[in-house]
Amino acid sequence: MLQAGEWAYSETLKEHFMNPKNILQGENTDEFDGVGMEGNLQCGDQMMVVIKVDKEKEVITDCQWKTYGCASAIASTSILSEMVKGRTLDQAFHISPKEVAQALGGLPDHKIHCSVLGDKALRAAINNYYIRNGQEDKVKKEQAKVICQCMSITDHDIEDAVLEGARSYFELQERTKLGTVCGQCKDEAEVLLEKFKHIHFGV
Amino acid sequence: MKVYFDNNATTPLHPEVKKEMIAAMEMFGNPSSMHAFGREARANVEDARRKVAHFIGANEKEIIFVGSGSEANNTVLSLFVCGSSQCIPGSKMRSSIITTKIEHPCVLETSECLGHRGVRVKYLNVDKYGKIDLDQLAGLLGDDVGLVSVMMANNEIGTIQDIETIAKMVHERGALMHTDAVQAVGKLPVDVRSLGVDFLTMSAHKIYGPKGIGALFVKKGVPYCPLIRGGHQELGRRAGTENTLGILGLGKAVEMRAFEMPEEEERLLELKHILRNGIEERIDDIHFNGHPTDSLASTLNVSFTGVEGEAILLYLDIEGIAVSTGSACASGSLDPSHVLLATGVDAELAHGSIRFSMGRESSREEVDYLLDVLPRIIERIRNMSTAYIKGGLHAASR
Repeated sequence: MLQAGEWAYSETLKEHFMNPKNILQGENTDEFDGVGMEGNLQCGDQMMVVIKVDKEKEVITDCQWKTYGCASAIASTSILSEMVKGRTLDQAFHISPKEVAQALGGLPDHKIHCSVLGDKALRAAINNYYIRNGQEDKVKKEQAKVICQCMSITDHDIEDAVLEGARSYFELQERTKLGTVCGQCKDEAEVLLEKFKHIHFGV
Repeated sequence: MKVYFDNNATTPLHPEVKKEMIAAMEMFGNPSSMHAFGREARANVEDARRKVAHFIGANEKEIIFVGSGSEANNTVLSLFVCGSSQCIPGSKMRSSIITTKIEHPCVLETSECLGHRGVRVKYLNVDKYGKIDLDQLAGLLGDDVGLVSVMMANNEIGTIQDIETIAKMVHERGALMHTDAVQAVGKLPVDVRSLGVDFLTMSAHKIYGPKGIGALFVKKGVPYCPLIRGGHQELGRRAGTENTLGILGLGKAVEMRAFEMPEEEERLLELKHILRNGIEERIDDIHFNGHPTDSLASTLNVSFTGVEGEAILLYLDIEGIAVSTGSACASGSLDPSHVLLATGVDAELAHGSIRFSMGRESSREEVDYLLDVLPRIIERIRNMSTAYIKGGLHAASR
C-alpha cells in the first residue's frame, strides 16, 4: 500500500509556506518607497507588496508583503520577495508568474491563479514608486484590449480564464461567453489562448 | 499527535466492521446463483438488509443497496423525468420539484440537470442558522409539486431540519418526500415511519462502514424508476451484481451504531462544547456557523476573520490535525461554500471557515491539543494578513 502522498505542492513551496520570508510587520508603510495592493476579499485573496528603492540605481533593496490568501499565494509572494531584491525596477516589473512558479518547483494548474497576485501587486508597487517620484511617464499601464465586442470580453479576461483552467476554445467560451454571439473574434481569441497557455503553463 | 477531525468527509472502519469484512473476503459467490456459493452470499446480503431495515424502522423490501449516497440521490431525483406508466402507475408525475440551497452537490447538480429536461426546480432559502424557511415551503407547495427533497443534517454546518414537520406539509399537498440523511443516519435516531418520508438516502462510509456502498429506502407503493437497469438484482430496482463485501460492512456498521450511538452523542456534545468554548476564549473575531442547538453533535463550523481557510487547513495538517474548509482555494473552484453563502455570511467569512467534525474515536486529549495549536496558527496567519482588523468582525479593507 502507498503512504500518504506529498502535498499537491513542492517542498520549496512548503518551505516558503511554513517559513514565509519578508512579511511586513504592522500596518505602517511610510518607510517604503512604493506600495501596491491587488485582489479582493470576496474572491478569497488579496495582496499588498511594498518596496524600498535605491533611487540612484533604480534597484529594489527591500521587498515586504502581506496577504489574505492561500498557501500558494503565501509561498509565491515569499519567494518573489526574495527574487526581486537587487533587481532593477524594470527587471522586477517583468518577472512573470511562470518564473515564480518555476522557482517554487511548480504549482498545480488550479493554483496558478492564486500565485499571480504577488507579481501583480509588485507591479502596482513599482508603478506607485514611479508616480511618487514624478516619473509618471514610466508607469506601465496594463491596458485591457476588448477582444469580443459582443460580450465585452478583454484579453485580461482571457488570461484569467486560462489561469482558472480553460485550455480549449470551448472551455474559454464556457467560462467567458466569448464568441457566443457573432463569433468574429474566434481567431484572435484562439491566438491569445495559445499565448497565455504558453506564458503560464509552457504548453 | 495525529488528530482526525474530518469525520463528515469519511470515517475509519469500525474494528468490528473490519473483522466482519475480512472474514467475508473468501465469500465470493454471486448472490443470484442457485448453488451453495451463491446461497451463502445471498444469506449474508439479506441478513445485512434486515439489519439496515431494522435500524431505520423500515421493511426489508423497502431497502435498495446502491453504490453511494450520491447514487441514491440521483435515483430519486431522476425518477422524476420518467414518463413511463410502468414506473409511475396511474398518472404522470407532476412537473415541479422543491429542494434547498444547502443540499449536497449531487442533489443540486442533478436538480439543475432536471431543469434542462423540463422539470421546474424551486430552491428553498435558509435562515442564518441553516434552517429552511417553512413559510416559503408552504407558499411554494402547489399542485404542480411532485417531490420535495430536503437534507436531514447538513454536512458542512451540521444543521438539522425538522423532516417530520416538512414531510407532513408535503404530504398534505400530495407530493412525495425525500430526505438525504447521509449525515444523519447513525448519528441521530432515524425512523422512516415517524419521519414520514417516502425516500431516504444513507451511506456506509460516514458511519464507520466501507466506501462504495449506500442504501436507499423507498416506501412500499411509491413510484420508482431504476437509475441502473439491466438486471433483476434488488428486485429489479438496481441492476449490477451486489457489492457483497460492502453490503456486509454496511450491515455490521449499522449494527454497531445501534449499540454505540446513544451514549456517543452525549460524549460528542460535551467535546463540541469544550471545543467551541475553547475557541471562543482563545481567539478573537470568530463567527460560528450553523444552528446553536439543532445541530450534529460531531460538527462545529467556525469562520475566522482575516484568514483564508486553505492556509489554516494546511498549517493544521503540518501539526497532524485533519479538518476541512469552505474556502474556494481548497476545492479547486473559485467560489466558497454554497452552504455558508446561503446562510447569509459574506464571502470573506466563507473563505475563512473551518469544519471540525469529530467521531467515535475523538477524545478530550485531541480537543485539547487542537485548542493548543489553533490559536497560534490563526495569530500567525493574521499577522501576515492584509484583511485582519482586530475587533472588526467584518474586516473591510479595500
